[in-house]
Amino acid sequence: MASDAPAMAVIHGRSPIFYRRFDRKDDDQHQTHYCPGCGHGIVTKLLAEAIDTLGIQDRTILVSPVGCSVFGYEYLDVGNIQVAHGRGPAVATAVKRSRPDSIVVSYQGDGDLAAIGTAEIVHAANRGEIVSVIFVNNAIYGMTGGQMAPTTLLREKTTTTPLGRDPAVHGYPLKVCELLATLDAPVFLERVALGSNKQIMATGRALRRALENQVHGLGFSLVEVLSPCPTIWGLDPAEAQTFVRETMTRTFPLGNFRDRSASAVPRRLAVTVPDLGELPRILGLGPASGADGASDTVVPASPVPTADHRIVVAGFGGQGVLLLGEFLAEAGLSAGYHVSWLPSYGPQMRSGTSNCHVRISAVPIDSPVVSRPNVLIALNEPSLRKFLLSMEPGGLVLYNADRVPVDCAGNDVRITPIASTAIADRLGSAKVGNMVMLGALLEATGMLPDGALDRALHRLVTQESWYELDRAALQAGRAAVHRMTAAPAEPSLARDPAMG
Amino acid sequence: MDVARDRGAVAIDRDECKGCGLCVEACPPRVLRLSAELNRYGYHPAEYLGSGCTACGICYYVCPEPGGITVLRRQVA
Repeated sequence: MASDAPAMAVIHGRSPIFYRRFDRKDDDQHQTHYCPGCGHGIVTKLLAEAIDTLGIQDRTILVSPVGCSVFGYEYLDVGNIQVAHGRGPAVATAVKRSRPDSIVVSYQGDGDLAAIGTAEIVHAANRGEIVSVIFVNNAIYGMTGGQMAPTTLLREKTTTTPLGRDPAVHGYPLKVCELLATLDAPVFLERVALGSNKQIMATGRALRRALENQVHGLGFSLVEVLSPCPTIWGLDPAEAQTFVRETMTRTFPLGNFRDRSASAVPRRLAVTVPDLGELPRILGLGPASGADGASDTVVPASPVPTADHRIVVAGFGGQGVLLLGEFLAEAGLSAGYHVSWLPSYGPQMRSGTSNCHVRISAVPIDSPVVSRPNVLIALNEPSLRKFLLSMEPGGLVLYNADRVPVDCAGNDVRITPIASTAIADRLGSAKVGNMVMLGALLEATGMLPDGALDRALHRLVTQESWYELDRAALQAGRAAVHRMTAAPAEPSLARDPAMG
Repeated sequence: MDVARDRGAVAIDRDECKGCGLCVEACPPRVLRLSAELNRYGYHPAEYLGSGCTACGICYYVCPEPGGITVLRRQVA
């Protein structure tokens, strides 16, 4: 042999798509973790060859599943993401849409794709996502020790079907290619097998086609590979191969179920994110066409750098709880702050409990949830009692009543009673009670400049008649604060001259 | 068989091989077998009989390990 060596050249050897060493535990870093004779090793090898042949190593992103093939990222030197059980097609969708030039391969077993991930694969196929799916079907849950899978053959014994799969109890083997072939969008669906030399070579060609279609932008491709699991099947590798060839293919006939590679129109996903400056126009939030357009030209005031208002507004449905929060957020936004508005309400339109969380902050908001408010607007007593204990010490409470319940006073917060419903009633409509509270809040805290609230009013109030009433309610709320903070024995009805 | 006239040859990484025997089953000229020896993992690795390889490459494709089998072909002078 020695004298012949220079005349021999390697024609088949370890693919450069594999890492030189696998970053796995212990010293077996040159072997896969698969059992002797496992089909996954063969499929992975064929996939590596297809990637190499097409020259797409630097563009390929492999989405690894949960199951025996979870370690795909240990082997193939491409982009890798390992995902939650069954969610490969959803993640592949996201990767492909955000990186349209990548070649995204979702590698999945039958427990992953045909059981927990059935919804994901059906919808990704139905949307015609431009991804390639490799579906390795060995009719069993291998990694977890041999439980029945949706693809388990009839009469096949598994740990969970010890008497054999009975269709009356366990249903029938799920035929994924046939199922997906009922959909309009898929471009390429083919079932192949690892049951013989010839079948293995055909598997290699099908995998290459599935990737090639994606290179050409043709849409959804899936290759189902009938694959041996000698360990769980209790067969030696050669017997398992025979089982694939002679038994599995009777339930899962091989063949092409869809091939529109020639007629499909190449698509290129374009990431169409509008320019930020365009958003107000797209959302119809351009300069108001109302009578008082001048307010829109107001430059937002400089935010107070330390501002961190964490507000809970609570009451019963119909009191304008959510709208009050929306006004606050809108006005905060107009004043140049970061804001969030998080509504929470029951299924009832009226009379159910309702609250919303509003944050107005000089810095970006981490969470819209207000778990420790420094401002509470309680429009009824249950709301006062519910949220009072969560208040930050030193916080401000505005409570819709003439006086504060005796057992609620004395906490480390300032509770100011503002009879907002009664005041609104006197103005002509209980519906503007929320605006009374808003006026009181702004007067008591000065948290937002007047101009900001004017702009919020222009944006959110569409009827002229309500606009006037709302302004009157705001004014009444501001006045009510002064009454409460003045000597109680001498109530004052003085109006704030700033609100002309 | 005359080694000097073989079209190809097979090299097996005996410490990557898990002794599954798929290559032995697949080889058309039947020039592979499982060794009587054990490798460091305790498997009987496949081995080449030393002559008769046609360089068809099928053993490479049926082998589940990335680098278990390397197939060489004689270059035409």
